[in-house]
Amino acid sequence: MHRFANPTRFLRLANAVLPWLGGLTVILFGVGLYQALVISPADYQQGETVRIMYVHVPAAWAALSGYTALAIASFTFLVWRHPLADLAARAASPIGAGFTAIALVTGALWGQPMWGTWWVWDARLTSVLILFFLYLGHMALVNAFDDSDRGSRAGAVLALVGVVNLPIIKFSVDWWNTLHQPASVLRMDGPKIAGEMMTPLMIMAGAYFALFGVLMILRIRSLLAARRLRQLRLAVQET
Amino acid sequence: MTQKPRQKPKMTRKSKRLILIGCGLGFLGLAVALVMTAFEDSVVFFYSPSDLAVKPTDPDRRIRIGGLVEDGSVSTGPGEGEIRFRVTDGGATLPVVYVGILPDLFREGQGVVAQGALVGETFKADEVLAKHDETYMPPEVAKALKEQGHWQDGAEGATRKVPGS
Repeated sequence: MHRFANPTRFLRLANAVLPWLGGLTVILFGVGLYQALVISPADYQQGETVRIMYVHVPAAWAALSGYTALAIASFTFLVWRHPLADLAARAASPIGAGFTAIALVTGALWGQPMWGTWWVWDARLTSVLILFFLYLGHMALVNAFDDSDRGSRAGAVLALVGVVNLPIIKFSVDWWNTLHQPASVLRMDGPKIAGEMMTPLMIMAGAYFALFGVLMILRIRSLLAARRLRQLRLAVQET
Repeated sequence: MTQKPRQKPKMTRKSKRLILIGCGLGFLGLAVALVMTAFEDSVVFFYSPSDLAVKPTDPDRRIRIGGLVEDGSVSTGPGEGEIRFRVTDGGATLPVVYVGILPDLFREGQGVVAQGALVGETFKADEVLAKHDETYMPPEVAKALKEQGHWQDGAEGATRKVPGS
């Protein structure tokens, strides 16, 4: 891992990967959206409303994975004080917040026709809202100090504390009675979702994760450039 | 960085941070688990009819109940716009009376969550939400399953899970 922790080496690798990953994102979204919105069948109960699921579920997966990435980066930064891990954490939180927002909004749009309400305070919905606030809190905290290193450390501690929320989100539907349905795909006794609906869902999941990678590379690159700029400004002031 | 003497204290500081973070997260996880267990009742979004049978609640307290709409139990009246049905979880049943608009997914055998209060033996609901289960399939597949007799209508939709087990 330390081999890629060098910013120059990271940039070289990232710049080589970026066009391929970008192309993959576009293709996956094209194929996935066409399959999900046009080809895939309507649901026996939900009718056409089921198509919201193809946008909602992968967004929620990306939101949870984003927080896992944020936590790993924060942990790496706190223990090994690696500057690139700090940048990765700072890059991850706005992206994760975006995916969480997509999951919350599409969930509400699905809930209104299906459940009969936009929002309820059940364990799943509430814990995902907390995830959203954790992301926003991290974004605010890392930029709240004049000394950027202090901000990074405070943000990393917040990110690690928030990790307890991840199993709560995942298992909330199993531990408590919730209005939100239990997991359909990642469950012990196999998926409860028909094959012709599973394929577009998986393609959409691939598209979301590819998009996640593209956004991470772009954000880390711009954060590296911003840091370089700050160092140059300081160097100019001193001379 | 390369001198031998500096190498050693740096390693211990690193592992010290590692242990500190590990312990911190461990205690935090423990604390949250304890809090969750203590607040079990308030985290639960709805009670099943069996829950209510076991522990009687304050008649004036607003609660939510959930379960499946019992087959053949939906009727209207006698009051103006009243809809009556029974909610079951397999173990116990609870009669519900509701005045208002039902969600599209409401039907017999479907999971529902109703908000309201117990009035005597009847649950007087002021809001009824449909609970969707985790099964997704095209209508043709559902039809084929029904014809072959492999159908369990909403069997898992709103049945009470044993928490924490």
